[in-house]
Amino acid sequence: MSMRTPLKRVRGMGSAKEGADHFWTQRVTAVANLFLTLFLVWLVVSLVGADYAAVKARLAHPVNAIGLGLLAVSGAIHMRLGMQVIIEDYVHGELGKVVLLMLNTFFAILIGAACLFAVAKLSFGA
Amino acid sequence: MAEAKSLRGARPERPLSPHLQVYSPPINMTMSIMHRITGGALYFGSLLLVWWLVAAASGPGYFDFVNGIYGSLIGRLVLFGYTWALMLHMLGGIRHFIWDTGRGYDLKTIDKLSWGSAVISVALTALVWLVVLVSG
Repeated sequence: MSMRTPLKRVRGMGSAKEGADHFWTQRVTAVANLFLTLFLVWLVVSLVGADYAAVKARLAHPVNAIGLGLLAVSGAIHMRLGMQVIIEDYVHGELGKVVLLMLNTFFAILIGAACLFAVAKLSFGA
Repeated sequence: MAEAKSLRGARPERPLSPHLQVYSPPINMTMSIMHRITGGALYFGSLLLVWWLVAAASGPGYFDFVNGIYGSLIGRLVLFGYTWALMLHMLGGIRHFIWDTGRGYDLKTIDKLSWGSAVISVALTALVWLVVLVSG
Protein backbone atom coordinates (compact mmCIF):
# COMPACT_ATOMS: atom_id res chain seq x y z
CA MET A 1 0.00 0.00 0.00
CA SER A 2 1.35 3.34 -1.02
CA MET A 3 1.80 5.94 1.68
CA ARG A 4 2.22 8.71 -0.85
CA THR A 5 -0.26 11.55 -0.86
CA PRO A 6 -2.28 12.38 -3.99
CA LEU A 7 -0.23 15.56 -4.33
CA LYS A 8 3.04 13.61 -4.35
CA ARG A 9 1.72 11.23 -6.99
CA VAL A 10 0.77 13.97 -9.49
CA ARG A 11 3.72 16.28 -8.84
CA GLY A 12 5.98 16.64 -11.87
CA MET A 13 3.45 15.20 -14.29
CA GLY A 14 2.48 18.54 -15.71
CA SER A 15 -0.93 20.15 -15.80
CA ALA A 16 -4.12 18.39 -16.86
CA LYS A 17 -4.05 20.65 -19.95
CA GLU A 18 -7.63 21.71 -19.28
CA GLY A 19 -7.13 24.75 -17.13
CA ALA A 20 -10.33 26.72 -16.57
CA ASP A 21 -12.01 25.26 -19.65
CA HIS A 22 -14.83 23.56 -17.72
CA PHE A 23 -15.56 26.72 -15.72
CA TRP A 24 -15.40 28.96 -18.78
CA THR A 25 -17.56 26.79 -21.05
CA GLN A 26 -20.15 26.54 -18.27
CA ARG A 27 -20.27 30.36 -18.09
CA VAL A 28 -20.35 30.92 -21.87
CA THR A 29 -23.25 28.46 -22.33
CA ALA A 30 -24.96 30.01 -19.30
CA VAL A 31 -24.98 33.43 -20.97
CA ALA A 32 -26.29 31.90 -24.19
CA ASN A 33 -28.96 29.93 -22.30
CA LEU A 34 -30.10 33.06 -20.50
CA PHE A 35 -31.27 34.58 -23.79
CA LEU A 36 -32.28 31.32 -25.49
CA THR A 37 -34.36 30.24 -22.49
CA LEU A 38 -36.30 33.51 -22.44
CA PHE A 39 -36.86 33.03 -26.17
CA LEU A 40 -38.11 29.46 -25.57
CA VAL A 41 -40.52 30.54 -22.84
CA TRP A 42 -41.89 33.31 -25.08
CA LEU A 43 -42.23 30.90 -28.03
CA VAL A 44 -44.02 28.19 -26.04
CA VAL A 45 -46.34 30.62 -24.26
CA SER A 46 -47.29 32.25 -27.57
CA LEU A 47 -48.30 28.80 -28.87
CA VAL A 48 -50.71 27.99 -26.03
CA GLY A 49 -54.01 26.88 -27.53
CA ALA A 50 -52.65 26.81 -31.10
CA ASP A 51 -53.55 23.86 -33.37
CA TYR A 52 -51.04 21.55 -35.02
CA ALA A 53 -50.73 23.46 -38.29
CA ALA A 54 -50.04 26.72 -36.47
CA VAL A 55 -47.45 25.13 -34.16
CA LYS A 56 -45.71 23.46 -37.09
CA ALA A 57 -45.58 26.68 -39.08
CA ARG A 58 -44.19 28.66 -36.13
CA LEU A 59 -41.53 26.06 -35.27
CA ALA A 60 -40.50 25.83 -38.93
CA HIS A 61 -39.96 29.58 -39.23
CA PRO A 62 -36.20 30.13 -39.74
CA VAL A 63 -35.79 32.49 -36.77
CA ASN A 64 -37.54 30.11 -34.37
CA ALA A 65 -35.86 27.02 -35.81
CA ILE A 66 -32.40 28.58 -35.49
CA GLY A 67 -33.15 29.71 -31.93
CA LEU A 68 -34.31 26.23 -30.93
CA GLY A 69 -31.28 24.67 -32.63
CA LEU A 70 -28.91 26.97 -30.71
CA LEU A 71 -30.69 26.18 -27.45
CA ALA A 72 -30.38 22.44 -28.16
CA VAL A 73 -26.60 22.71 -28.56
CA SER A 74 -25.90 25.25 -25.80
CA GLY A 75 -28.33 23.56 -23.40
CA ALA A 76 -26.90 20.10 -24.00
CA ILE A 77 -23.32 21.28 -23.33
CA HIS A 78 -24.39 23.22 -20.22
CA MET A 79 -26.40 20.36 -18.69
CA ARG A 80 -23.62 17.87 -19.39
CA LEU A 81 -21.05 20.02 -17.58
CA GLY A 82 -23.42 20.65 -14.67
CA MET A 83 -24.33 17.00 -14.16
CA GLN A 84 -20.66 16.05 -14.48
CA VAL A 85 -19.87 18.17 -11.41
CA ILE A 86 -22.78 16.66 -9.47
CA ILE A 87 -21.58 13.12 -10.28
CA GLU A 88 -17.98 13.95 -9.36
CA ASP A 89 -19.15 15.47 -6.07
CA TYR A 90 -21.31 12.57 -4.89
CA VAL A 91 -20.11 9.37 -6.60
CA HIS A 92 -16.75 8.21 -5.26
CA GLY A 93 -16.56 4.63 -6.52
CA GLU A 94 -14.31 4.64 -9.58
CA LEU A 95 -16.40 2.26 -11.72
CA GLY A 96 -19.75 3.86 -10.87
CA LYS A 97 -18.34 7.31 -11.50
CA VAL A 98 -16.95 6.43 -14.93
CA VAL A 99 -20.18 4.70 -15.97
CA LEU A 100 -22.34 7.62 -14.82
CA LEU A 101 -20.06 10.17 -16.52
CA MET A 102 -20.44 8.20 -19.76
CA LEU A 103 -24.22 7.96 -19.40
CA ASN A 104 -24.26 11.69 -18.71
CA THR A 105 -22.48 12.39 -22.00
CA PHE A 106 -24.77 10.01 -23.90
CA PHE A 107 -27.88 11.60 -22.39
CA ALA A 108 -26.78 15.14 -23.20
CA ILE A 109 -25.95 14.22 -26.80
CA LEU A 110 -29.24 12.34 -27.14
CA ILE A 111 -31.21 15.38 -25.95
CA GLY A 112 -29.30 17.74 -28.26
CA ALA A 113 -29.48 15.45 -31.29
CA ALA A 114 -33.19 14.68 -30.85
CA CYS A 115 -34.02 18.39 -30.62
CA LEU A 116 -31.95 19.19 -33.70
CA PHE A 117 -33.53 16.35 -35.65
CA ALA A 118 -37.06 17.40 -34.72
CA VAL A 119 -36.41 21.04 -35.64
CA ALA A 120 -34.75 20.04 -38.91
CA LYS A 121 -37.65 17.75 -39.85
CA LEU A 122 -40.18 20.48 -39.04
CA SER A 123 -38.21 22.91 -41.22
CA PHE A 124 -37.24 20.73 -44.19
CA GLY A 125 -39.53 17.68 -43.94
CA ALA A 126 -42.81 17.17 -45.71
CA MET B 1 -18.27 10.32 27.52
CA ALA B 2 -16.24 8.49 30.19
CA GLU B 3 -13.78 11.36 30.45
CA ALA B 4 -16.49 13.73 31.56
CA LYS B 5 -16.83 11.80 34.84
CA SER B 6 -13.34 12.64 36.06
CA LEU B 7 -13.06 15.93 37.92
CA ARG B 8 -10.45 17.26 35.55
CA GLY B 9 -12.78 16.80 32.58
CA ALA B 10 -15.87 18.10 34.37
CA ARG B 11 -17.20 20.92 32.26
CA PRO B 12 -20.47 22.83 32.27
CA GLU B 13 -22.96 21.67 29.65
CA ARG B 14 -22.58 24.01 26.74
CA PRO B 15 -24.20 23.72 23.32
CA LEU B 16 -21.95 22.35 20.63
CA SER B 17 -21.28 24.45 17.59
CA PRO B 18 -23.01 24.41 15.18
CA HIS B 19 -25.96 23.73 17.46
CA LEU B 20 -28.41 22.10 15.09
CA GLN B 21 -31.59 22.96 17.02
CA VAL B 22 -30.97 26.68 16.83
CA TYR B 23 -28.93 26.73 13.61
CA SER B 24 -30.74 28.46 10.78
CA PRO B 25 -29.14 28.10 7.37
CA PRO B 26 -28.23 31.41 5.74
CA ILE B 27 -30.37 32.18 2.69
CA ASN B 28 -27.42 31.97 0.28
CA MET B 29 -26.78 28.39 1.45
CA THR B 30 -30.42 27.49 0.80
CA MET B 31 -30.31 29.16 -2.61
CA SER B 32 -27.06 27.39 -3.47
CA ILE B 33 -28.67 24.03 -2.69
CA MET B 34 -31.75 25.03 -4.69
CA HIS B 35 -29.53 26.01 -7.64
CA ARG B 36 -28.11 22.49 -7.77
CA ILE B 37 -31.50 20.82 -7.25
CA THR B 38 -33.17 22.91 -9.97
CA GLY B 39 -30.19 22.23 -12.25
CA GLY B 40 -30.72 18.49 -11.79
CA ALA B 41 -34.47 18.88 -12.32
CA LEU B 42 -33.95 20.86 -15.53
CA TYR B 43 -31.49 18.19 -16.71
CA PHE B 44 -34.24 15.57 -16.72
CA GLY B 45 -36.90 18.16 -17.55
CA SER B 46 -35.19 18.66 -20.90
CA LEU B 47 -37.04 15.47 -21.87
CA LEU B 48 -40.24 17.55 -21.78
CA LEU B 49 -38.95 19.84 -24.54
CA VAL B 50 -37.53 16.95 -26.57
CA TRP B 51 -40.78 14.98 -26.34
CA TRP B 52 -42.82 18.01 -27.42
CA LEU B 53 -40.54 18.82 -30.41
CA VAL B 54 -40.33 15.19 -31.53
CA ALA B 55 -44.13 14.94 -31.25
CA ALA B 56 -44.50 18.03 -33.43
CA ALA B 57 -42.13 16.46 -35.94
CA SER B 58 -44.04 13.16 -35.86
CA GLY B 59 -47.40 14.42 -37.09
CA PRO B 60 -50.75 15.79 -35.92
CA GLY B 61 -52.05 12.60 -34.29
CA TYR B 62 -49.10 12.08 -31.95
CA PHE B 63 -48.71 15.83 -31.34
CA ASP B 64 -52.30 16.11 -30.15
CA PHE B 65 -51.73 13.12 -27.85
CA VAL B 66 -48.66 14.73 -26.22
CA ASN B 67 -50.31 18.16 -26.12
CA GLY B 68 -53.27 16.55 -24.37
CA ILE B 69 -50.98 15.21 -21.65
CA TYR B 70 -49.23 18.57 -21.25
CA GLY B 71 -52.59 20.34 -21.09
CA SER B 72 -54.00 18.04 -18.39
CA LEU B 73 -54.00 19.08 -14.74
CA ILE B 74 -50.97 16.93 -13.88
CA GLY B 75 -49.21 18.04 -17.07
CA ARG B 76 -49.78 21.68 -16.20
CA LEU B 77 -48.53 21.14 -12.64
CA VAL B 78 -45.32 19.57 -13.99
CA LEU B 79 -44.86 22.40 -16.49
CA PHE B 80 -45.53 24.94 -13.73
CA GLY B 81 -42.79 23.36 -11.63
CA TYR B 82 -40.53 23.26 -14.68
CA THR B 83 -41.12 26.98 -15.27
CA TRP B 84 -40.26 27.83 -11.67
CA ALA B 85 -37.11 25.66 -11.72
CA LEU B 86 -36.08 27.35 -14.96
CA MET B 87 -36.58 30.85 -13.52
CA LEU B 88 -34.84 30.07 -10.23
CA HIS B 89 -31.85 28.49 -11.99
CA MET B 90 -31.69 31.37 -14.47
CA LEU B 91 -31.72 34.01 -11.71
CA GLY B 92 -29.26 31.95 -9.68
CA GLY B 93 -26.99 32.02 -12.70
CA ILE B 94 -27.26 35.81 -12.89
CA ARG B 95 -26.43 35.97 -9.16
CA HIS B 96 -23.34 33.89 -9.79
CA PHE B 97 -22.34 36.11 -12.72
CA ILE B 98 -22.35 39.07 -10.32
CA TRP B 99 -20.25 37.14 -7.81
CA ASP B 100 -17.93 35.98 -10.62
CA THR B 101 -16.95 39.62 -11.20
CA GLY B 102 -15.87 39.86 -7.54
CA ARG B 103 -18.78 42.12 -6.61
CA GLY B 104 -21.53 41.71 -4.03
CA TYR B 105 -19.67 39.80 -1.33
CA ASP B 106 -20.63 41.84 1.73
CA LEU B 107 -23.19 40.06 3.92
CA LYS B 108 -26.08 42.43 3.26
CA THR B 109 -25.66 42.22 -0.51
CA ILE B 110 -25.36 38.43 -0.35
CA ASP B 111 -28.71 38.29 1.48
CA LYS B 112 -30.32 40.74 -0.94
CA LEU B 113 -29.12 38.88 -4.03
CA SER B 114 -30.24 35.53 -2.60
CA TRP B 115 -33.68 36.69 -1.45
CA GLY B 116 -34.05 38.75 -4.63
CA SER B 117 -33.53 35.77 -6.93
CA ALA B 118 -36.04 33.74 -4.89
CA VAL B 119 -38.73 36.44 -4.95
CA ILE B 120 -38.23 37.37 -8.62
CA SER B 121 -38.35 33.71 -9.66
CA VAL B 122 -41.81 33.40 -8.09
CA ALA B 123 -42.94 36.65 -9.72
CA LEU B 124 -41.70 35.64 -13.17
CA THR B 125 -43.30 32.20 -12.88
CA ALA B 126 -46.60 33.80 -11.87
CA LEU B 127 -46.34 36.25 -14.78
CA VAL B 128 -45.70 33.47 -17.34
CA TRP B 129 -48.63 31.41 -16.07
CA LEU B 130 -50.91 34.42 -15.92
CA VAL B 131 -50.28 34.88 -19.64
CA VAL B 132 -50.82 31.15 -20.22
CA LEU B 133 -54.16 31.15 -18.37
CA VAL B 134 -55.37 34.34 -20.07
CA SER B 135 -54.45 33.13 -23.56
CA GLY B 136 -56.22 29.83 -23.22
